[in-house]
Amino acid sequence: MNTVSVQALCKRYGTTLAVDNISFAIKPGQTVGLLGGNGAGKTTTISMLLGILAPSAGSIEILGHDMARDRFAALARMNFSSPYIALPGRLSVRENLTVYAHLYNVRDSRGRIAELATELDLHDFIDRPAANLSAGQKTRVALAKSLINRPEVLLLDEPTASLDPDTGDLVRSWLERYRATSGCSMLIASHNMAEVERLCDHVLMMRQGRIVDEGSPDALLSRYGRESMEDVFLDIARGRGLAAREDA
Amino acid sequence: MQASLRRIWGLVYRHLCLYRRSWPRLAELAYWPVLQMCIWGFTASFISGQQFTHGTAGHGLLLVASTMLGGVLLWEVTIRSQMGVAISFLEEIWSRNLGHIFISPLRPWELLAGLIVVAFLRVMAGVLPAILVAYLLYAFNLFALGPVLVLFFANLMIMGWAFALAVVSLILRHGAGAEALAWSLLFGLTPLAAVYYPVSTLPVWLQPISEIIPATHVFEGMRAVLRNGHVSSIHLLAAFGLNAVWLLLASLLFASQFRAARSRGALITIGE
Repeated sequence: MNTVSVQALCKRYGTTLAVDNISFAIKPGQTVGLLGGNGAGKTTTISMLLGILAPSAGSIEILGHDMARDRFAALARMNFSSPYIALPGRLSVRENLTVYAHLYNVRDSRGRIAELATELDLHDFIDRPAANLSAGQKTRVALAKSLINRPEVLLLDEPTASLDPDTGDLVRSWLERYRATSGCSMLIASHNMAEVERLCDHVLMMRQGRIVDEGSPDALLSRYGRESMEDVFLDIARGRGLAAREDA
Repeated sequence: MQASLRRIWGLVYRHLCLYRRSWPRLAELAYWPVLQMCIWGFTASFISGQQFTHGTAGHGLLLVASTMLGGVLLWEVTIRSQMGVAISFLEEIWSRNLGHIFISPLRPWELLAGLIVVAFLRVMAGVLPAILVAYLLYAFNLFALGPVLVLFFANLMIMGWAFALAVVSLILRHGAGAEALAWSLLFGLTPLAAVYYPVSTLPVWLQPISEIIPATHVFEGMRAVLRNGHVSSIHLLAAFGLNAVWLLLASLLFASQFRAARSRGALITIGE
């Protein structure tokens, strides 16, 4: 059974079709990359998966729960991390994590926070207000928040944006370890093609609200005859996709 | 149920941490109610012609002064209750945390329950110092109203929640541009809510409007207790009944605006 199953999903704002009839699935333990230029529909898709945005049509099933009818049961077993959504800056890291441990009904919240502090190396700043952290520290805290409930489905929006290469590599290594030990399914929206090649088993390429191509990174590289995912991305983003190349 | 209570506590804990780390927020809670009490206390002293502590003012003037002070204190309960819910919601917008809240398993009704608990604590922190000031400076003991005071408080707080739901609904509809209403909405009702004077003082055509406001019946009830020690069950029942209607309407408004915001994508962009 798929962990995430999306069928004929659409989101319309007035006359604009932000997401146009997309379908995909994520298997248990699979990491899927969601790629596309700005305005391709990635954030809209993730927002609908998180239940924060109601679809105009189509269905989403996560961990066996229909998101239209039973989204809170699914939300308790999934989580999300984005550098673009802040945590309350006046609260310390520990207080923030405690709040979310309660919201996600985590048993032994202190133990779980101590575990995450060790795994993500938060000890040096765990009692510091979240507003006073560096970008790298904030990203680690956001990741800790997203793992507080040991999610079975993890959605990540640019998980390593604004991080230096060293911290970015640490985060990617941690995500790999978490997936290996927990069997968590992940959906990653990213503009970092090296990250996508490293983490993702399967990639969905979006353009103008539609999935225009998909496959494993290796399959996409070979299909487009390119050396890097960045070139594949540019081909698709600039309308030089497979169909256009075949027409030519 | 236990999970719900835990999530509600999570939200309350978040706000308690915020106040623990921000003394200006804490001071602001009591600042305005105490200031109001000082201004109206001296005004009441002026009206009664002397300090109450000497106890020589005429009974009528003392009654006017007492109802004025009682009105100030009890109206603050409604205003602080409404602001407590609305501003706590705005705190989530200001800290850009609303996205995290809405993608957590916290149900909308649990969010509201958490905000109401925070609002209750804010009311206590704001109004109790003002009650103390009224007692120490003007010898006005609000607790002399007796056990019925609990019912007055309950009604005024419920009315505050109903208005707060309306404010939150407007914020969901119009974004942070509607946040000024969190401070100002209830002040607009003050002339109609019979806070400082009886409903009969209002022009006849305004009186029916005044009587559909729950607080009007609380203040009429308070004046009856101060005047002759009589608790008017009709006014109390009217206040509870009207509150039930207002709260139901406000809840329906909130539910519809929440659904609309979720459909428009406003839960993601709110505050921008």
